[in-house]
This record gives sequence, C-alpha cells and structure tokens, in this order.
Amino acid sequence: MSLYKDFSNGIIKENPVLRLVLGTCPTLAVTTAVFNGIGMGLAATAVLVGSNLIISLIKKIVPNEVRIPVYVIVIASFVTIVQMLIKAYSPELDKQLGIFIPLIVVNCIIFARAESFAAKNPPLNSIMDGIGMGLGFTLALVIISTFREVLGAGTFFGMQIFGAGFKPALVMILPPGGFLVFGLTIAAVNKLTASKKA
Amino acid sequence: MNLLLILLSVVLVNNFVLSRFLGICPFLGVSKKVETATGMSLAVTFVMGLASVMTWLVNTFVLIPLDIEYMQTIAFILVIAGLVQFVEMVIKKTSPTLYQALGVYLPLITTNCAVLGVAILNIQSNFNLIETLVNGVGGGLSFTLAIVLFAGVRERLETSPVPKALEGFPVAMIAASLFSIAFLGFQGLIK
Repeated sequence: MSLYKDFSNGIIKENPVLRLVLGTCPTLAVTTAVFNGIGMGLAATAVLVGSNLIISLIKKIVPNEVRIPVYVIVIASFVTIVQMLIKAYSPELDKQLGIFIPLIVVNCIIFARAESFAAKNPPLNSIMDGIGMGLGFTLALVIISTFREVLGAGTFFGMQIFGAGFKPALVMILPPGGFLVFGLTIAAVNKLTASKKA
Repeated sequence: MNLLLILLSVVLVNNFVLSRFLGICPFLGVSKKVETATGMSLAVTFVMGLASVMTWLVNTFVLIPLDIEYMQTIAFILVIAGLVQFVEMVIKKTSPTLYQALGVYLPLITTNCAVLGVAILNIQSNFNLIETLVNGVGGGLSFTLAIVLFAGVRERLETSPVPKALEGFPVAMIAASLFSIAFLGFQGLIK
C-alpha cells in the first residue's frame, strides 16, 4: 500500500513540474513536439530511478558533509549512461534534445528527490518514488508539448491533423509559446485543485 | 570582429534565458527583487566566465589526450562544483563585503543549468580559449540582462491585481513570454 502511495504521489499530488515547479528548463526547451517530450521524460525517469536506488542504498555509508558531491557523481554517471544509450539507439532523439541530455545532471527534480526522498527511505520505496516522479514529469511534458505541437505546427506526434488550409501559429513552438503554455497550464492546475477543495 | 559577433549573439540574439531556456530556475526563483537579481547575476557571470575557461582546459588537456570524452558530463559538473566551492572560500577570505553580497547565491550556482550549458556549448561550437572566455562572460551578461529586466517587471506585478489562479508562477511565466517575444525582435540581427 505504501509502495503504491509513493508511486502515485509524484504523478498528481506532488507533480514535479505542475505542482512543485521544478525542472523548468527542460520543460520549456524540449516541449516543441510530443516525441521530444516523451523522450526527455523517459530519459529523466531512467536517471531518477537509477539515482534514487543507488542513493538509497548508500545513504548509510556516505558521511553527511560530502553527500552532495557524492549524489552529483551518482546522478552524472546515470546521465552519461542514458546519454550513450540514446546516442546508440535513437540518434534522432539525440539530435532533437541536444545539450538538454547532459543537462539532466542539473535537473532540480532529480536532486530534490535524492535529497528529500531517497536519502531517507528504503530502496524499494525510492524506486517507486523515482518511477512516479518520472512519470509525472513525462505527463506534464506530454500535456505541454501537445498544446504546443498542435497549435504551433498543426501536427500531433508528427502526424498532420488539420486540413491543408490550416496555418499553424508558429509562435507556439518558438520560445514565447513555451512560457505562455507552461504558465497557463499551471494556472489551469491551480484552478482545478482550488475548486476541488472548495 | 568575430569576438564581438559571439558576444552580440549570446547576449541578444540567442539570449541564454529567453531563447535557449538555460537558467530558468534561478530566473524565476530570485527575480522578485531587482537587488537580489543583480547580486545573483553578478555571481553567475563570474562563475560562468571562470567555469568556461576551466572546463575548456580540462577538456583540451585531460579528456581529449586520454580519449575519455564520454566522461565530459561527469568531469564538467565536478569542475563546476569544485570551482563554486573554491570561489566561495576565496571571496570569504579576501572580501567580506563581496561575500555578504554574493554569498547566499553561490551554492545555488552549481545547479544552475546555464553554467553547465555554456561549458558544453563552448565545446560543441569548437571555440578556442579566447572565444570560450567571451562566450562564457557573454552568457553571464545575457543572464544578467534578462533577470534584472524581469525583476523590474515582477516588482510591479506584486502590487497589481491578478486573477487568483494566475497568481505567482503563472503570471510570471506569461510576463516572461512577452519578454521573449520582445527578444525575438533581435533575430536576424546576425546571420
């Protein structure tokens, strides 16, 4: 039961992007197309699960003073692994995400979970937390990138969904559209959760 | 000439924050007051210039000769983390006033993606040492420009009536979006 709770926590209640507003850089940068959003989300999930597991396992032997550098090395190692896997199996995705793959290292979500969850909880719970947070991140990316791709390019997952006469609003896949859709999505989430409480 | 082009391009055309989406977390986090925004961005500019040069040296003289360029991410983040710690100690010893002004921002810089971002971009663009330094400092200046201007806007936003659901982050994002549109005006300045 508690495992399930750790898992579901990250998806809605504490969604890292939409509720905690962490990891904004990759959220804005890669959400120009749904494919990129999913790719980034899964890459970050893989790193999260790996780093959460290792950090949870080594938490007792790492002295408190040097824990931050140790966490950084653990996270950076997983990012390097993921980076090599993406390069080998999906050069297309590698090209699209560019420097945002190595920048997963400094994604605040991963650090925040390491520090606030994995360093205090047993390995199994930490894995579930990693999966949940990762999926929550992916979900948010998919929502935002859907709006941006449909409005800005007239496609969904690369497929044309409007007739030939549709003129996409290019600004949506440019940087301003990213800020705008992200802001409005958070506002919508705020509105929904506020009315649920009342 | 070439150096000027790099500087203009990084500050205005490809502004780190508004068009490359690097350093958004501190951009939103510490832009509530112009004063703190200025302090933070000075610290970031300093570390970015220094980190650019250091990571370039590490890449050219350690990673490439040993043929372990795949270790780039790990090596760079360690260099940056070490550097930030070192800068903090030096400033603390030499200039207590400066430390008081910048001290609280320094630890945050390790996880500022603009710093790691500029280091990786320098290597990808095959810059030499001088170009790397210009790009690093320019990146810092572009961060400064964006965050200080934005802080001015946010100070006003604090006192304006905003619909409940838009309060805080959402309205800041929408303001940032308008900012970013303004910066799109610089596109085409450099081919």
